Amino acid sequence: MSFKLEILWTDALIYLLLVVVALLVRHVRRHEHLMAPWRKVARSASGMAAATVLAFFVVIGLADSVHYRPAVEVRDGKTIYAVEVLSVFDKLTTKLRTQKAKTYSAPLATHRYAKETIELPDGLQVRDYPRLTYGGAHLADPATEWGPDIARRCLYGIAGGALIWLVVATLLCVVLARWDPADTGRMWRALRRGETEIPWRAILLTLAVVLAVGGPLVALAANYHVFGTDKVGQDVFYQALKSVRTGLVIGTLTTLVMLPFALALGVMAGYFKGWVDDVIQYLYTTLSSIPGVLLIAAAVLMMQVWIETHPELFDTVLARADLRLLFLCVILGITSWTGLARLLRGEALKLREMEYIQAAHAFAVPHFRILTRHILPNVMHIVLIAIVMDFSGLVLAEAVLSYVGVGVDPSTISFGTMINSARLEMAREPIVWWSLTAAFTFMLLLVLSANLFADAVRDAFDPRIRVGRSFRLAAQKA
Amino acid sequence: MSNARPLLSVRNLRTWLDAGDAVVRAVDGVSFEVHRGETFALVGESGCGKSMTALSIMRLLPDAGGIVGGSVELDGRDLLQLPESAMREVRGRRIGMIFQEPALSLNPVMTAGAQIAETLRRHTDLAGAALEERVQKLIEAVQIPDAARRRDEYPFQLSGGMKQRVMIAMALACDPELLIADEPTTAVDVTIQAQVLDLLRQLQRDRRMSMMLITHDLGVVAEMAHRVAVMYAGEIVETASREAFFARPAHPYSRRLFESLPTGAKRGAPLAAIPGTVPSLTRVFTGCRFADRCDSAWDLCHRVAPGWHGAGSGQMARCHLYAPGAKFKDDGGRMKAEVTTGDVGSHPSSFIPHPSVAATPLLAVRDLKVHFPVHKGLLRRVVAHVKAVDGVSLEIEAGRTLGLVGESGCGKTTVGKGILRLVEPTSGAVLFDGADLARLGRAELRPRRKDVQIIFQDPYASLNPRMRVMEALEEGMAALGIGAGREERQDRIDALLGDVGLARDLKFRYPHEFSGGQRQRVAIARALSVEPRLIICDEPTSALDVSVQAQILNLLKALQRKRGLAYLFITHNISVIEFLAHEVAVMYLGRIVERGSVEEVLAGPKHPYTRALLSAVPVMDPATKRNVIRLQGELPSPVSPPAGCHFHPRCPDAFARCREAYPDSARFTVSHSTACHLYAADAVKQKA
Amino acid sequence: MIAYITRRLLYAIPILVGVNVLTFALFFVVNSPDDMARVHLGVKRVTPEAIQKWKEERGYDKPLLYNGAAAGGGRFIDTIFYEKSVRLFAFDFGRSDQGRDIGYDISTRMWPSLAIAVPVFLMGLAAYLTFALLMAFFRATYVDFWGVVACVAMMSISGLFYIIGGQYLVGKLLSIVPISGYDGGADAFRFLALPVIIGVVSGIGANTRWYRTIFLEEINKDYVRTARAKGLSEPRVLFRHVLQNAMIPILTGVVAVIPLLFMGSLIAESFFGIPGLGSYTIDAINSQDFAVVRAMVFLGSVLYIIGLICTDISYTLVDPRVRFE
Repeated sequence: MSFKLEILWTDALIYLLLVVVALLVRHVRRHEHLMAPWRKVARSASGMAAATVLAFFVVIGLADSVHYRPAVEVRDGKTIYAVEVLSVFDKLTTKLRTQKAKTYSAPLATHRYAKETIELPDGLQVRDYPRLTYGGAHLADPATEWGPDIARRCLYGIAGGALIWLVVATLLCVVLARWDPADTGRMWRALRRGETEIPWRAILLTLAVVLAVGGPLVALAANYHVFGTDKVGQDVFYQALKSVRTGLVIGTLTTLVMLPFALALGVMAGYFKGWVDDVIQYLYTTLSSIPGVLLIAAAVLMMQVWIETHPELFDTVLARADLRLLFLCVILGITSWTGLARLLRGEALKLREMEYIQAAHAFAVPHFRILTRHILPNVMHIVLIAIVMDFSGLVLAEAVLSYVGVGVDPSTISFGTMINSARLEMAREPIVWWSLTAAFTFMLLLVLSANLFADAVRDAFDPRIRVGRSFRLAAQKA
Repeated sequence: MSNARPLLSVRNLRTWLDAGDAVVRAVDGVSFEVHRGETFALVGESGCGKSMTALSIMRLLPDAGGIVGGSVELDGRDLLQLPESAMREVRGRRIGMIFQEPALSLNPVMTAGAQIAETLRRHTDLAGAALEERVQKLIEAVQIPDAARRRDEYPFQLSGGMKQRVMIAMALACDPELLIADEPTTAVDVTIQAQVLDLLRQLQRDRRMSMMLITHDLGVVAEMAHRVAVMYAGEIVETASREAFFARPAHPYSRRLFESLPTGAKRGAPLAAIPGTVPSLTRVFTGCRFADRCDSAWDLCHRVAPGWHGAGSGQMARCHLYAPGAKFKDDGGRMKAEVTTGDVGSHPSSFIPHPSVAATPLLAVRDLKVHFPVHKGLLRRVVAHVKAVDGVSLEIEAGRTLGLVGESGCGKTTVGKGILRLVEPTSGAVLFDGADLARLGRAELRPRRKDVQIIFQDPYASLNPRMRVMEALEEGMAALGIGAGREERQDRIDALLGDVGLARDLKFRYPHEFSGGQRQRVAIARALSVEPRLIICDEPTSALDVSVQAQILNLLKALQRKRGLAYLFITHNISVIEFLAHEVAVMYLGRIVERGSVEEVLAGPKHPYTRALLSAVPVMDPATKRNVIRLQGELPSPVSPPAGCHFHPRCPDAFARCREAYPDSARFTVSHSTACHLYAADAVKQKA
Repeated sequence: MIAYITRRLLYAIPILVGVNVLTFALFFVVNSPDDMARVHLGVKRVTPEAIQKWKEERGYDKPLLYNGAAAGGGRFIDTIFYEKSVRLFAFDFGRSDQGRDIGYDISTRMWPSLAIAVPVFLMGLAAYLTFALLMAFFRATYVDFWGVVACVAMMSISGLFYIIGGQYLVGKLLSIVPISGYDGGADAFRFLALPVIIGVVSGIGANTRWYRTIFLEEINKDYVRTARAKGLSEPRVLFRHVLQNAMIPILTGVVAVIPLLFMGSLIAESFFGIPGLGSYTIDAINSQDFAVVRAMVFLGSVLYIIGLICTDISYTLVDPRVRFE
């Protein structure tokens, strides 16, 4: 089947981000002193465990960032493409996406959540819970078969997960043993005792947990709505997975958008002082004096008006929602660059008095060169810490903003829109809890692992905050 | 010393620090005793573990540190076995402690009086008026003038010397039996140091207290100590009485320390620097820790750690040389030590005579002024100026060294930066090779940048941590267009590294892989890379240990000979000037008060300030009774310097005229002159 | 010191002007009043007459910056910029797009906002400082370690979860207090208890961890060692020395938010149905009432700047170095 690649704005920026990251990785690998703090990150057990979880989120997010329009028919030698833009992730989860129920159904349910009048084949009408179109449809008699079926699928899932885990662990042992001259058996023992330099044990344990939970989820998702369905019958599991990309986009692209401004303005203010500093300080004091939420609300409202009055600019719903997402990133970026700029200004003020910069002045090295060769490389650790620390805050902010109504487009699936549409159902009796639970759980997982990873990065890159480990602990290790 | 039980007895103390990926054995089996009423000095270079020893005694180690063995007995009770609450009774009451950095060691948001009262309140029942009175007495006892006012001031309002006095008052508030002073004068100027040492000595005598003095300065030891212990790489290598130690240091390390001190007497030849650097304390030692740097070492030293051996007159050394029956290899070091200690600054004949001033100096600074505006009030108007440099004139000839001496805050660093236009001069001329550097525009200045270069004080701040050595060296050449292309520059870098005594392959390394001394060599190579004719050396050795300082001074001297460089050598260290400089200028509060050739100024100082400054430098030879001229008070603010002669409020010889007008320069020889009314041609000495 | 404060006050003026110009640009230049009218009236099937009428009713029918038709000062005064933006400086907020007096609304709705925000602020500060001091006291032990773990976990939870979960748990399952609503007088306590507690709890993670970092940074300073060398006990060192010095950086963050307490909390107020300024703002956003949003942006900035000035003043109280400057 042919298709047409559709690169949305956010996709393009994500690709750009990937390229930047790849270049940075190459650069860092070539410089031992840049590698050193990363080695420290790699030695942090909590950080690497968090990175393992994050890797899963990133894979989902990336799969959801390759968009295309499938061909529907060929007419007069011309291929007509569908109006609907799909992502690779959508393709992989076609079943979840398309097998909709009519309305609410509880997790793993076979029947709908509320009673309805059903017309039986013999013409009689009864009020009962109707069967779901897809959820558990393969069961002839849900009352008796449901329990064993679930248990069987869970077992399959765990078995599959275990298999994958074993393959990964064995491969790892073989590769590690080849790296460092030791036989595979000994490597395995070292791994199990947690004696390796990089905490592979923690990574493998995390992987085991993720697979043990993920395996059954995947196994069940084929025939059930694992996390139930929402008001319009869409699968909540699918929504939760789709929300991951929105969270990642907001958390990363915002930084990508604001970084050039924060970096250039902050460093210039601190380095040049004088009127340059005055102007830049005035700029960011003014911007930061407007409470963030209100500035975002005002800007988003205006953007909404603009989008509504210019409908002709967007050919698909997704393109419109995507542009709105990008705008949100830009607006969040505009409101959040001031903090980083202030930090960088302070650091540049300190650095400009450093003796190696004075020495550069004595050589008549031009300002631009001093900025790029001396100041920038020495503030990059602050930038990195700010990026990783901001990420989780931005993911959380998206939920709040979408709740307030100034977040992403209502048609974009995100944690915020999930919570927003589900909270009204809190008042229902009996309560519809699964949408909220799924959204909060996924969000917690994403934010927690991001926070743990950020902590590991900060500990490795910021010498100031390092808290003395108790001597006893260290002495035992020695 | 008496055979009575010592006040403090440290036995086999071992303290480790967790450095993240390794364990630093900072104190590794240290034993010593401090007797009642004596001053015991623990001497060593930075990182040898002397401060950690003191903190272990107080049990005030940082979180990452821990005592792993040994005992610390105070009057027979092992402090290491005490519960924390009992230890708190000891701290401040039985043992007082003062720290190195008075500026950081006082709580910035509490008044001086409140901080002193806190100790008293903790350990005594004093309260109310009685407490107030006691605080007042203590502040007077440490000789802070205007005690009543100073008591209610905050640390930032006090000068460095006064802060250290407040620290002393705090430590002595409850009459402790032992005072631990950890580098008490390292952060203050030499004239203040003389005051503080005097005070400590006097208090110690009056109160019959014991003192454990920790320092790196052999001069301070000579002035203060009764007994001395030398520490090297986590252990004590020698103990001796002061007299024996200064007459005849026993351990090769002690001897080499003395030899590496710069003095005027040694200026004809290179200093006997100790090669290499202090070993890292993370490694495990098998033999003698000094063996790698020792010129008397033989194979036994590398294999077996030496034990304690007597070296006569109660002197003990941890060295195989003194083992009974060992082949005593006197290589003359002992003799050398004896000779060098005897003649500090007292042999003018040993100065190399220099020809008098040549016709055209390489650099001539005329009436240089650097004023920094002080903004105040509603509109941030300029209400005053900090007159950091206020009319300095000096000349340097090609191939010679001018030493610019003065205490911190006198403006000597600003002179150096003003010459280089690293700070913009307010007025005056900097004539170099016919051009006035102070007047040139940025573009015109550019080609001249290569003639004058600078070396800074802090080796850790003077190299960009993100640039390899070769990038740092190439930067200047590239910016000033020296060397035709990359190839040629690389060749030059190789040659430069060779010139400063570094291996060529080090150019691929980053600064963090170097020691302080090596970094300073790189900084010198960087300055040399553009082939300057004048280098401004801004305290290039004051952050370095004595043994490394000697290496750098030797290098600077050799480079000068080889390349005909001129140096403007800015320092507060008189003995470095004595060793290195040809001419010297003494600065006080933004102006030069005296100048002349080194022999003229140091042997026959004329200005009262120069005399006081020279007399305040501790002298190594305990036999020499020097007459220290005590200066009153401290350096006034450069915002509003005193009317008349800037020095008159502190001057012992001031008379009426000094308060009225700044003195003109009085000339003694072609080169020697001073700005003092005492020598005015019409001086009718109307001393009040 | 008076000169210092006066200077800070004067510095606020250009910033407020900047905020004003920025909001004006955002609200009237990005989209013309016609666009706003169209959105309000429904994009389709809207007649020019309806738009004109909508604009006239709300005073948006004037030129933006310069009114050529008017005479004298009216050329500048009889414009949208003057009417809608410059008048804000006199705290004349005008009427909302629904026709209500914004100034009156603000003056009545700020009290319920304060009734939540002030207790949350005070109780929160006390709680976070206590927790952080405890963790600093037990630093490098398991108490501290697990404390940090708990903080990271708590700050990873969305604020919405605290509200929804708390509402469900306390209000619905346990039925201790009403889920939402507000009443004046003594009854207010019943309605306020839940939002206040949730407000405090939701801030524990981030704030405690931040204060802990500040404390630990102070604890490693030399003067703390001096205090210990005097024989002072650890609690005394913490309270007398560390806390007092740590207050300087803590104040930077804390004092600045005090004036903003007037603004209330957007989320909590709308969830708990409290008629404060937070829910006022949310309602305005949802009904696209630009006049109210504009007024709140300006008010927020004024309060923020007052906060900055308060911070500067508070420095002079805790830091003698600033006081004697």
